[in-house]
Amino acid sequence: METALILTGLGSVFFASAPIVFAVIGETIAERAGVINLSINGMILLSAMGGFVVSFQTGSLFAGFLTGALIGALVAFIVAFSSITLKQSQVAVGFVLALTCRDLAYFLGNDYMGKGGPRLPAWDLPVLSDIPIVGPIFFHQDLITYISFLMIFLSWLWIFRTRPGLMLQGIGERPASAYVRGANVNLMRYAYTVLGGAIAGLAGPAYSLSVKAGWNGTISGLDGFGWIALAITIFGGWNPLRGAFGAYLFGLLQWLGLVLQPSLPNVPSQVLQVAPFPLMILTLFLVNIGSTEWVERTLAAMPESSRRFFTRALRALRASPPASLGVPFERE
Amino acid sequence: MKVELRGIHKYFGVNHANDDITLTIPSGTIQGILGENGAGKSTLMKILSGFIHADSGEVLLDGKPVVIESPAVAIHDGIGMLHQDPLDFPPMRVIDNFMLGQKGGLFPNRTRAARDLRRLQKEFDFDIDPENYVDSLTVGERQQLEIMRLLYLGARVFILDEPTTGISAAQKDKLFETLKKFRKQAITVIFVSHKLEDVEKLCDQVAVLRQGKLVGAMDKPFDQKKLVEMMFGKEVPLGTKQTACQDRTVLNLDRVSIEGMRLKIKDIDFHICEGEVVGLAGMEGSGQDLFLRACAGLIRTVGGVVKVNDRDLTGKSYHTYKKHGVEFLPAARLEQALAPGLTLAEHFILAEKQTGVFINHERGRRLAEERIKTFNIKGAPVSPVESLSGGNQQRTLLSLLRHPLSLVLVEHPTRGLDIESVVYIWGKLKERCKQGAAIVFMSSDLDEILQYSDRVLVFYNGRISHPFDANKTNVQQLGELIGGKGWNE
Repeated sequence: METALILTGLGSVFFASAPIVFAVIGETIAERAGVINLSINGMILLSAMGGFVVSFQTGSLFAGFLTGALIGALVAFIVAFSSITLKQSQVAVGFVLALTCRDLAYFLGNDYMGKGGPRLPAWDLPVLSDIPIVGPIFFHQDLITYISFLMIFLSWLWIFRTRPGLMLQGIGERPASAYVRGANVNLMRYAYTVLGGAIAGLAGPAYSLSVKAGWNGTISGLDGFGWIALAITIFGGWNPLRGAFGAYLFGLLQWLGLVLQPSLPNVPSQVLQVAPFPLMILTLFLVNIGSTEWVERTLAAMPESSRRFFTRALRALRASPPASLGVPFERE
Repeated sequence: MKVELRGIHKYFGVNHANDDITLTIPSGTIQGILGENGAGKSTLMKILSGFIHADSGEVLLDGKPVVIESPAVAIHDGIGMLHQDPLDFPPMRVIDNFMLGQKGGLFPNRTRAARDLRRLQKEFDFDIDPENYVDSLTVGERQQLEIMRLLYLGARVFILDEPTTGISAAQKDKLFETLKKFRKQAITVIFVSHKLEDVEKLCDQVAVLRQGKLVGAMDKPFDQKKLVEMMFGKEVPLGTKQTACQDRTVLNLDRVSIEGMRLKIKDIDFHICEGEVVGLAGMEGSGQDLFLRACAGLIRTVGGVVKVNDRDLTGKSYHTYKKHGVEFLPAARLEQALAPGLTLAEHFILAEKQTGVFINHERGRRLAEERIKTFNIKGAPVSPVESLSGGNQQRTLLSLLRHPLSLVLVEHPTRGLDIESVVYIWGKLKERCKQGAAIVFMSSDLDEILQYSDRVLVFYNGRISHPFDANKTNVQQLGELIGGKGWNE
């Protein structure tokens, strides 16, 4: 009985983390192309609200998810247009959009607060769900969670195994080199930013039509997902597999917070709720510590043998961002 | 492939970067292009490789006129360019770099690509692990990778931009061997360099550019003296100057080593005395900038002892150096030395010792007016620095220097300035010398170096010559050293 409970719990981690997974993959794709889409926190709220409302009105879950993706694509298009064509700061534009979309979501969704609406039904995959241990964890989910699994694999395959994916890595890394090899850098950046936005846009409906069905305005509990997704994208070293691992780690920490609460009565409940956030910050710190100047200075002063050890250890942890992230490309 | 350039013109603003260049390179030739920095070599090569478009003129390949829209079109036409800093993707694997940009299906065949790469490696006797990351390769190996990649894409003309900078002697030999093999395959090589020695060793014919014009061409065997003359111009008689080094040592380097991104300079022994001027000659990126920055404490030295006024400042920060009277004036005046957006008055306030919380604008204005007058700056206290001309920006920088100073390090003190400013700025710098400061400066203008310095150091690929007495050396001798002649291995 105890094992079954743990398995169900672990299954719920994968289920509840699906929105973050979408957000991380969408952001990973855009950033691989060299564009930071900082708007995703607000955009996800807007797509959650929009997806729920459309689905509520039409009764079609599909229309709800489509709306979410379209909202994501549209917001990403604004980021792409202002940063690639108008050469504005991606950070400023993304940030303002994050705030605007959030307030827009609360304002437009006001009439639909707390209404009961459609919800994506659970769907146990035949055969696979009967496998012991693996079955209850991975295959007692709903469709969008399965899609999130598939998306992790597909995006990884695209980036690291296909020819266009190789070029995608190239345009984010060194657009000048990619250009010499025949890439239309700015067009590709548009395409991938919008595609990434659409994928991240699925995070909204995945929440409001699946994880926690309904729209509850400011108490939806969704605000902040986008920011954490941005951090996890970095933690994931711009690799969908590592990013998904980060998303699930975050989900697991949250779940542990809930589970451990009864057995740790001395610890205030807020501590366990908030713990995942500083833990993520700590991880980020470890990942990136090797590239800071003071560390380099300290290392330079160390004796040769220990210096080599630390340098290697830090290098293994470090994930270097696409070198041209946030830098506009102009041919001479 | 035969390459013909006919009447190529290119302007950047008023700067005539390429002035009516006509050049024919027969198939299978190794053509050297010589010239100083800024002579127009890069511009010409960028036109040929599709990076920029000529304002007028045409390019013919095997007698057929072509329009080279972009680098991708260039490689399609058979022109491949190997850039000085290879245009690859450092954090990615060798094999991915090799495949990136090749045409084909959705899923590239890694095994086949690795096999093709290995076959090419065998042909040229290269040894690069396809699974290694490019950022762990040396510049020489990255070049080899690019050469194989371009060859695989069907390049029939290779443009190499300063390929021997930052690679080892062994790698250079291998590169030359490879390029000589190209002759037999009727592949044309255009070898852009400022290193006389390399050009002599490798090329069949040479063209020299100066100030955007093709000033001469020569076939093998080359008359070295004449080449130097074509590159640097006629000798200019020199003025008199004080004899060097009477008394106190201001800066002393004892077996200092510096490591930069591409260059390592080992075991530098150097000293400079009060009132002395030392000029650093050499092509851009030969190590002079590293040397100056190390003397300013901007980059950390990796060995040896740096002493300023007999105080050991090894490994100390820029601010400590500053406290001991060292000032550094970078070549990027607006980007690294001034604060664009701030006015002249605000610069002077910032440079003063701070008193109180609020800005005393009145004092700033008075200060600015006074300095504008003494330093003959064309501008008002309220002018933003970026609105000033280059000469006036340099004057502003000089006026910001503190009193007293022991050591002034200057990168290109007069680059881009008009004659009047040049004379003025050197006047002010010499004034500092009389007050006891020592000056070390780098310049790509040999005349400037010979005219103003007491001693000259020549930099070549991270190596430093012994100091020359500026009165006893000449353009010919320095020019040969700059071009890599006369260095013992």
